[in-house]
Amino acid sequence: MRSIESLGRYIIRFLEEFGRIASLLYSTIKQIFTHPFDIKGILKQMVEVGINSLPVVLITAAFTGMALALQTYTGFARFGAEAMVGFVVAISMTRELGPVLTAIMIAGRVGAAMAAELSTMRVTEQIDALESLATNPVKYLVVPRFLASLIMVPALTVIAAIVGILGGYFIVVVVFGVSPAVYWHWTWVYTEWKDIYFGLIKAFFFGGCVSLLSCYKGFYSAGGAEGVGKATTSAVVFSIIAILISNYFLSALMFA
Amino acid sequence: MIEIIDLHKSFGKNHVLQGVNLKVDRGESMVVMGGSGSGKTILIKHIIRLLRPDSGKVIVDGRDMAELNEKELYKMRKRFGMLFQSAALFDSLSVWENVGFALLRERQMKESDVKKIAIEELKVVGLTGVEDLMPSELSGGMKKRVGLARAIIHNPEILLYDEPTTGLDPILANTIGDLILELKKRLSVTSVTITHDIQAAYKIADRIAMLFKGRIIETGRPDEIKNTTNPVVRQFISGGLAASGEDLEEVV
Repeated sequence: MRSIESLGRYIIRFLEEFGRIASLLYSTIKQIFTHPFDIKGILKQMVEVGINSLPVVLITAAFTGMALALQTYTGFARFGAEAMVGFVVAISMTRELGPVLTAIMIAGRVGAAMAAELSTMRVTEQIDALESLATNPVKYLVVPRFLASLIMVPALTVIAAIVGILGGYFIVVVVFGVSPAVYWHWTWVYTEWKDIYFGLIKAFFFGGCVSLLSCYKGFYSAGGAEGVGKATTSAVVFSIIAILISNYFLSALMFA
Repeated sequence: MIEIIDLHKSFGKNHVLQGVNLKVDRGESMVVMGGSGSGKTILIKHIIRLLRPDSGKVIVDGRDMAELNEKELYKMRKRFGMLFQSAALFDSLSVWENVGFALLRERQMKESDVKKIAIEELKVVGLTGVEDLMPSELSGGMKKRVGLARAIIHNPEILLYDEPTTGLDPILANTIGDLILELKKRLSVTSVTITHDIQAAYKIADRIAMLFKGRIIETGRPDEIKNTTNPVVRQFISGGLAASGEDLEEVV
């Protein structure tokens, strides 16, 4: 009986939280179309989400592409399909690894910062101060972060995919001595446009997911310094879980 | 101007406000005193609808704050200025951007003009040469004064002060008290101040209300409060700043 009760409580808590996230999403979308348009705030966040995340995304993508090429080459060499490595790297980077790894990096770097900043503002009454100054905190704090992520995560994903493919090229062509023409030929022949734009749709979705969940965790935090710590940790954990679960369903939906 | 009617608010099992009734007239300076944890901040946050009541009403200028839609609420909030206990300055903005925040958001003035006005407001609260500093570079007293400048820059009709002198040394606390008095004369505002600083309360109040166990138990002019026979209020006054809710419980 007690376990049913606690299960019920858990479900109610989950539904409550889900409802609050949906409500924040609704307010965010509504505020995007409400005057004034804070272009300065959006550009500032685009620098934070995009430009400042570039080094970590570049390193991750390059080494992932290289490792992928190394492993695939070793396997494919067993049945003489080394020429196909470029294609495998390209399709993996555009469909899966580009969007997923970029989003995970953004969750760790930017999502954590968003949650920490907003939760600090919550516990130091800065969000109340915004309200008292007749400023909608969702418009001022969440909208720029949300829009910047929607734009910059796909942009970073494109860069990650290109760098990953170049990493693969380095391993296959420079290290293993496969002809560059062969590498590019099979990459171009089998990679389709839909691999690229489906990957970008995923990135767009992940960008929205990470920023919304991170802002949510920060916005509704409580309990001083401990609350800031909890909000930051759970923003990263929830974002990564959301990325990985939604990645499967988006993949199943788009590539089926 | 402000009328609080049978206001109740709970957080979980903690019934903080248990039927608060309070009326503040236009142009009046009302000070709400009470021990730590008595719900003073919760009360003041209801006035500007940073919190919504479980039951009861907050009426400002004839309008029930709970019934305002979002647009009306933000319009109403433009009539308020609020000084927070911790000053609540925006970390990412410089001092002048903090002070001029309300004007910058309205976007009807050039940034350079807003900066000039912000510098003038900073002078009003006794600060010069700090406009380009960041909040982290200011002392506690300076932060409070910047918070005060931010609260008054748009010439509000109602000022809410949450513990304006807490955490300040007696000289600075006195200075803030003088500033509040000066602002009252200059802007003819209606103000609600919550504090447990008795001296500050005597200095700035037209009337003082005592909040205890979630209710207002006594209201009167400062001289009436000084000579009250209510044992809780007497204990609070004689206990001074250190009086807490628990200390007062023993008196009841």
